[in-house]
Amino acid sequence: MSNVTGEVEQDANAAGVVKKFMFVNRKAPYGTVYALEGLEVVLISAAFDQDVSLVFLDDGVYDLVKGQNTKGIEVKNFSPTYRALEGYDIEKLYVERESLAARGLSQDNLIVPVEVLSAAELSELMGQQDVVISF
Amino acid sequence: MLHIVNKSPFQTTTLESCLRIARPGSALLLIEDAVYAVAKGNAVEARVRQAAETLEVYALAPDLEARGMKDAAIDGVRLIDYEGFVDLVAAHEPVQSWL
Repeated sequence: MSNVTGEVEQDANAAGVVKKFMFVNRKAPYGTVYALEGLEVVLISAAFDQDVSLVFLDDGVYDLVKGQNTKGIEVKNFSPTYRALEGYDIEKLYVERESLAARGLSQDNLIVPVEVLSAAELSELMGQQDVVISF
Repeated sequence: MLHIVNKSPFQTTTLESCLRIARPGSALLLIEDAVYAVAKGNAVEARVRQAAETLEVYALAPDLEARGMKDAAIDGVRLIDYEGFVDLVAAHEPVQSWL
């Protein structure tokens, strides 16, 4: 009997644990499948009510570029899905300033509001996470 | 000769290797993630402009459009469609794909 109670308590505790998850996306959208698969994982993570941050670094910033039209290459344009993240309570989107600059891009070129961080600020934020998952 | 590059210049050194080897008068076709190379204001713009002085530089327009980068393409790069891709391959020998 006490054993059963113990298990229930354990489950209750497990359900209440919120960890800080950071997903780091460093891949452009269509050349490989990483960006799309990474986005799927982020959407799944939303179901677990965790503290999720999403970072776009290096070629990952290209995922958020406005005006993507994939009709000509006959693959799905998944960029609008980034706009839906807010509806899943994933609101912490970060972009590295250096990555944008190296690609001639600015915040105005992106389809969603993001927080632009320097490499130093991003480094600090990354260090505060419980789990970092990279794509 | 035709050189074809399909990797982002920010992710691999493929484009750099190609430009080192390609001889003046050759054609260079950028496809897939390599089309990011021709965008204005990026870190390789000067390198691509320099290459365009001695090479015929082409970029695949559907790949630029897919990535939202068509309007960002620099002058001096010729945008082609899939038919143009076929014509380029048919007109050049040999063809080197820098995978």
